[in-house]
Amino acid sequence: MSEVLIIAEQVDSHPSKPALELLTLARRLGEPVAVVFGETDETVAKTLAEYGATRVLFIADPAFTDYLVAPKAEALAQVAADMDLAAILITSTPEGKEVAGRLAVKLDSGLITDATDIAPDGTTTQSVFAGNWTVTAAATHGVLVVTVKPNAVTPEAAPSELATEQVTVTISDTAKTARIVSSEPKQSSGRPELTEAAVVVSGGRGTGGDFAEIEELADVLGGAVGASRAAVDAGWYPYAYQIGQTGKTVSPQLYIAAGISGAIQHRAGMQTSKAIVAVNKDGEAPIFALADLGVVGDLHKVLNGAIAEIKKRRG
Amino acid sequence: MKIVVLVKYVPDATGERSFAADGTVDRASSDGLLSELDEYAIEQALQIADERDDVEVVAMTLGPDDAADAIKRSLQMGSSAGIHIIDEAVHGSDALATSALLAEAIKKSAPDLVICGMASTDGTMGVIPAMIAERLGWPAATLGATLSVADDQVTIRRDTDVASLTVEARLPAIVSVTDQSGEARYPSMKGILAAKKKPVESWTLADLGVDAAAVGLDAAWSKVLQTTPRPPKEPGRVVVDEDGAGSAALVEFLAAGKYI
Repeated sequence: MSEVLIIAEQVDSHPSKPALELLTLARRLGEPVAVVFGETDETVAKTLAEYGATRVLFIADPAFTDYLVAPKAEALAQVAADMDLAAILITSTPEGKEVAGRLAVKLDSGLITDATDIAPDGTTTQSVFAGNWTVTAAATHGVLVVTVKPNAVTPEAAPSELATEQVTVTISDTAKTARIVSSEPKQSSGRPELTEAAVVVSGGRGTGGDFAEIEELADVLGGAVGASRAAVDAGWYPYAYQIGQTGKTVSPQLYIAAGISGAIQHRAGMQTSKAIVAVNKDGEAPIFALADLGVVGDLHKVLNGAIAEIKKRRG
Repeated sequence: MKIVVLVKYVPDATGERSFAADGTVDRASSDGLLSELDEYAIEQALQIADERDDVEVVAMTLGPDDAADAIKRSLQMGSSAGIHIIDEAVHGSDALATSALLAEAIKKSAPDLVICGMASTDGTMGVIPAMIAERLGWPAATLGATLSVADDQVTIRRDTDVASLTVEARLPAIVSVTDQSGEARYPSMKGILAAKKKPVESWTLADLGVDAAAVGLDAAWSKVLQTTPRPPKEPGRVVVDEDGAGSAALVEFLAAGKYI
């Protein structure tokens, strides 16, 4: 049986949820092998094995943090060269997509980005044109290199024997040219990851810059906070929380859009949400066409009223 | 200093976008324009040109006849010249062939710096700058929220979910910039008139020494199997907020979905 290589990203020294999703998808195609960038960590390896990784390869090199993207792609290509691979699965992040693009060049292989599903025969599903079309595709040459959107599948445990290896790679000088000279860590919001959250509450121009109710409703629901491009451009909320064509794409169980009109650029980032609620003063706003529930009214009033009622019910 | 800006002609995202029978983007049935995200790349090139006397900004596109519009808009904004890579054999090329063609065109043009947008608004893959860099062996400083050039070095700020990175690379290099890099300028009347006199070259596969069999739909390493429009959404319930009706409807919806 062929193997399937996945990159397991880490968050706070644990495999990320998308990494477990990749393993779940990889099992359909072959025997999952996880690559972790870093020194061997038995705790990380154990979780990956629980979700089906038959081997966990740790690759450590200072170049991974000293230079952008290229060293990781080179390391993966070296690992892949010795394997009989059915596919390489990477999470659809900006870095993940760049690694995938470089790998496709190195391996002269078909590249598919932003898949929302992969069938056992390697057929991928993508949601394109702002979520208005669904496309199925397949690689026709080499090893399928595919980036997968977070939330594509629910991670399922499938315990496998723990087998870890520390792998050594050689990073060329060509890969060490875009030097990271400084890195300022960002403060964590303490809320769930935007792309992984089951509930997202988003604010737009209609907030007038006041995100208090947006944040409070998100916290009451255990969700993440998002913002439209208009709100980010106005400086009301950081870019990292922007949802839409040039920000994050989210596909939560529930998306609440407050004070967001629903321009195509925004819809591109949230249209595939399972349930959508829109609160907007303008009853003609295009967001209402997507909404399972639309409330025409002042968002501050509507959200405050709802938060008060939820708190009352919870006593 | 020579800067090449890669620009793409795309179907207007505010119109109806669809697919042709061969699974490629239907570019005939909808209006096209310069990809909005490439305007940020042109803007950054023009800002560098504004600060120095020796800068030539060349807008380069790969696409059919209509793609000339993307060059035209770039020239109107203030680019100095255009290169239109046009060849029937290119239709249906995947990211691999596209990056290979553009890499050859960049070699031929020999710039000091290549600036790209963060992604096209139609394909939205965001992989071409990295793939070109991979082919040329050039540094790639991608997804810059800021961009500056000094001596033979380019510097960007790249914002990730967990950190804000400063990245430096020696020229020649390829960079991409995000929509955070600064609002793009509108063409002035003077710019629109001047654009008509600016040189635009047409390059074919033969000019780039690329074999037609290496590009196009048949040479694509991935194949679209099926394209399906999303079924129209059932209209949802709309409540006008009077006397707390909006809050009540929201709470009821959340309770029904077991979110509370």
